[in-house]
Amino acid sequence: MHELSVCEALLAQVRATATANGADGVGRITVRLGPLSGVEPDLLAQAFTIARNGPMTAEASLHIETQPIRLRCRDCGNENEAEANRLLCKACGSYRTDLISGDELLLARVELHGVSRHPTNSTDSEQQERPDHV
Amino acid sequence: MCETCGCSVPDQNHPTPADTHTVEVLRGLMDANDHAAGHNREHFNRTGTLVINLMSSPGSGKTQLLEHTARLVKDRINIAVIEGDLETENDAERLRKQGVRAHQIATGSACHLDAHLVHRALHDFPLEVDGQITDILFIENVGNLVCPAAFDLGQHVNVVLLSTTEGDDKPAKYPVMFRAADLVVISKSDLLPYMDDFKVERAEQALRGLGVETPVLRTAAGRQEDIASWIEWLDGQLTKHRQQQQVA
Repeated sequence: MHELSVCEALLAQVRATATANGADGVGRITVRLGPLSGVEPDLLAQAFTIARNGPMTAEASLHIETQPIRLRCRDCGNENEAEANRLLCKACGSYRTDLISGDELLLARVELHGVSRHPTNSTDSEQQERPDHV
Repeated sequence: MCETCGCSVPDQNHPTPADTHTVEVLRGLMDANDHAAGHNREHFNRTGTLVINLMSSPGSGKTQLLEHTARLVKDRINIAVIEGDLETENDAERLRKQGVRAHQIATGSACHLDAHLVHRALHDFPLEVDGQITDILFIENVGNLVCPAAFDLGQHVNVVLLSTTEGDDKPAKYPVMFRAADLVVISKSDLLPYMDDFKVERAEQALRGLGVETPVLRTAAGRQEDIASWIEWLDGQLTKHRQQQQVA
């Protein structure tokens, strides 16, 4: 279970991003994860509920975007999706394949609170319309 | 339930304060570890030391392979070992008995070594002692086929052991680990006649299923000692490493 270490690294990056932007809190954290990264989404989510307790991230939520495994065949050039333990070309059966995606372990984006240039009028924020997630 | 903060207000109705902004980051979660690993690699390259990260399940014979390797090559190749285990100094002691310098990292409850742990160990474990430079540093990782695969330590080569007392389908079960291997060693191969369920061909087939051309060799570091192909591979790696170092 190394997901807790990974999660601590994630939160260190998130806090650094928040500090660099002058934020005072963090909302939704989006992570991009491939099955071949060696990190289990469920375990990462579980570790997150423990690791987030700390400055700025206590109220944060984790959103995991799972990426598909995609291969390109070095023999026939075909591109296809694959299973984690069957990384063969579906067209010609070759094992000479390159991974195009599926091993991602990325912090994609962070929602930051308190970064407004006019931070004084936040009390009636419930009246504001919710902007779409970027 | 709201996905933003977990409150009971439906997600689409949840207000977002005006001072909320989303920033794109797109950075690897392992960046801090990878940075430290790069630092370790520079350190290794300063002395030209070849560093081999040895990984496997617990009990597949990593320490035994190193003991026999030490016995056979220590007169002509200067080797040193960093041992990773949750507890005890036992494995480092075993290697010291073979006349090899060994440093034990006790990880406590951590199931893997990371670049920072190795970095810290290097402070107490120099690669040059009395003018003698370490030719090969083995890092024997914590016995575990899952977690160590995710952490670059700064090594040049990954070796994964699969012993004949395990299942020959391990590469299919642990694809991340076996994909990371530069060499797969089928250890305890002298037990093959007694292990009806383990077929080297099936293990190789499972490995090929991961879309890799990783070489496979067999060792027997137990009673019927035969690790000649491993020593030959090591010599080849050391020669290759020295050539690359000269070019760089």
